[in-house]
Amino acid sequence: MMTKSIMIVGVGGQGTLLTSRILGGIIQEAGYDVKLSEVHGMAQRGGSVVTFVRYGDKVAEPIVEEGQADVLIAFERLEALRYAHFLKKDGVIVINDWRIDPITVVTGAAEYPENIIEELGKKYKVYAINAMEEAIRLGNAKAFNTVVLGMAAKHMDFEKDAWLKVIEKTVPGKTVEINQKAFLLGYR
Amino acid sequence: MAEKKIMLGNEAIARGAYEAGVKVSAAYPGTPSTEISENVVKYDEIYAEWSPNEKVAMEVAIGASISGVRAMASMKHVGVNVASDPLYTASYTGVGGGLVLVAADDPGLYSSQNEQDTRCVARAAQVPVLEPSDSQEAKDYMKFAFEISEKYDTPVILRTTTRLSHSQGTVTLLEREERPDKPYERDISKYVMMPAMAKGRHIHVEKRMEAMVKDGSGFPVNRAEYNDTSIGFITSGIPYQYVKEVFPEASVLKLGMVHPLPRKMIEEFASKVEKLYIFEELEPVIEEQVKSWGIQATGKEIFTRQGEYSANMLRRALLGEEMQQQPAQVPARPPILCPGCPHRSVFTVLKKLNIHAAGDIGCYTLGAVAPLSVIDTTICMGASISSLHGMEKAKGKDYIKNWVAVIGDSTFMHTGVNSLMNTVYNQGTGTVIIVDNSTTGMTGHQDHAATGKTLKGEIVPAIDIFRFCKAIGIEHVVEVNAFDLPLLEKTIKEETARDEVSVIIAKSPCVLLKGNVFPDVCVPIPEKCRKCGACLKPGCPALTRNKDGSIAIDATMCNGCGLCMQLCHFDAIAKEPK
Repeated sequence: MMTKSIMIVGVGGQGTLLTSRILGGIIQEAGYDVKLSEVHGMAQRGGSVVTFVRYGDKVAEPIVEEGQADVLIAFERLEALRYAHFLKKDGVIVINDWRIDPITVVTGAAEYPENIIEELGKKYKVYAINAMEEAIRLGNAKAFNTVVLGMAAKHMDFEKDAWLKVIEKTVPGKTVEINQKAFLLGYR
Repeated sequence: MAEKKIMLGNEAIARGAYEAGVKVSAAYPGTPSTEISENVVKYDEIYAEWSPNEKVAMEVAIGASISGVRAMASMKHVGVNVASDPLYTASYTGVGGGLVLVAADDPGLYSSQNEQDTRCVARAAQVPVLEPSDSQEAKDYMKFAFEISEKYDTPVILRTTTRLSHSQGTVTLLEREERPDKPYERDISKYVMMPAMAKGRHIHVEKRMEAMVKDGSGFPVNRAEYNDTSIGFITSGIPYQYVKEVFPEASVLKLGMVHPLPRKMIEEFASKVEKLYIFEELEPVIEEQVKSWGIQATGKEIFTRQGEYSANMLRRALLGEEMQQQPAQVPARPPILCPGCPHRSVFTVLKKLNIHAAGDIGCYTLGAVAPLSVIDTTICMGASISSLHGMEKAKGKDYIKNWVAVIGDSTFMHTGVNSLMNTVYNQGTGTVIIVDNSTTGMTGHQDHAATGKTLKGEIVPAIDIFRFCKAIGIEHVVEVNAFDLPLLEKTIKEETARDEVSVIIAKSPCVLLKGNVFPDVCVPIPEKCRKCGACLKPGCPALTRNKDGSIAIDATMCNGCGLCMQLCHFDAIAKEPK
């Protein structure tokens, strides 16, 4: 199989690492070679964060570069826009329709761009969901990542049941059920 | 079948140490090296500790090695500077049990104050360096490092980078090899480095490095991959992966040992390829040596010394491929202090009083940028206190009346203590604010000597920073709750006015520490809000303005510290239970 490249982008503190663990888990279960690359340290403090995931028969570099991503999973709108140019021509963006103002916007030094989803839709296949609202409805706002992951899973190479199994293995025991529900909500 | 696991580079390094039979590990946290110790500690067979700084960690590892067991120290690249004193001389003494220093470089400056290349330090210290390219190699090279450490009687540096340390890949797990301790024999010609003995050991160092230059051509970690010989690359570490990505058909000399270089192997490779490139991140360490042997090659003429490399960089430089898609112009999202961070409170007061701060290394370095803009200098661990002292000695004590030094509790224990002793000894004045959040915050919450808990999780007596400052002779030491704005302001005014050295310990645990949860969240009361923006000034990310100018507080982000509430003049923010 040709190497497939996934990116998970968001704001430091949004929990991108757990999502990448689930993704890494299912890829390994499927028997592919996999490399993931994460951001730790300074960049986690509310900054823009990105996780790269690549899988296939044999993966060399651990990062996804401009023009290479098959799927971009964005936990926040502005971050989707920031990294959209990493997508391949026919790449897919899955966006959590949610806004977190960067400090540059809070202080008035910059303006938060309007109509991000519409603009991206002109160039790419865009799927948007307000995962935060959906997760709150399920009873745990923190499960929003898994809603978004569920939506992105439609564009990857693994079966639904395999996802549910990996979620069970990866997330803390108490949150298995809610994360599985959240996943299915996005996957429908 | 052997178990396979997806492992972070740092986790694989820890696994390598375990399998190699390591018995002692010491470290000071620092991105991107921190998770090495956090994984080493999971193996009960290894004694693992957080030392107060990298020099101490290195010395702990050296002592363990002299006693006859395999030992390691791990640290980030700038930590190697702190540890360089013992490192340079351990190069002379050599080892008892194998001794490995894991040094984590940070090309691209993800979380560091400079972009230095540990290979340069290793060349100066005459210590061999291994550099893996993925998680599996990280584990394998760790074991090989211990082998050659013992065979050539030398400490070995395993060099990793942020990309390798923080990437995950598949690793095959093997059993731990338990090793008998080497019997200790007193040998002052080897372990007491006074001039006469050091002269003898210097000869050993030269011979050892010469032997490794020769033997290196046969080391399994150095590998020539001959394919199309019209183009050849000499590369190592993560850049090797970029070469394989873009030029899978090219010939590649992959160096697993980047110091000393296997000269014969390199000369042979160079003679077999038509066009030779040297592809190495940061400094031209391989390139300059190879060129000094009269070999024609292209390196830093077209590849930068700055930042991280990539496959696209190779595509641009060698294939002339430009990116089709341009990045959108979007507002930057730099890292910031978390909602509920006690440092924000301290900086709010310093800003109000128009006080400059000589800063240090930690989350509070973020106080340098807007909207807080309080920190004026950041150099290295511990430099806040000593550089403020230098300013005073240059300009007089009145000059620093509107200055303070700001340093975290972990950084204070690291090297700040030395600087403070110097201020006391050399009759300095000035105010030191220790922003004590009871943890090493930036690197992800590691304990230290003043938290009362070890890396292994044992509860131990915490070194009392207040009593420590008193004990070294400082009369004016004040402890203040970091969120008590009025008291903090009064205290800072009083202490900076003095003609004596003083210490303010601004205490409040890091808001991300487990169990440290404020019971409430802050909520705006729109009808009372006058839209003045006073609450927005500290730059808490949970606060924004609504379209009408009134204040909105994101309940999912607010940690309920109440700083904004204290700043509101119109009681337009209240607390509600979570």
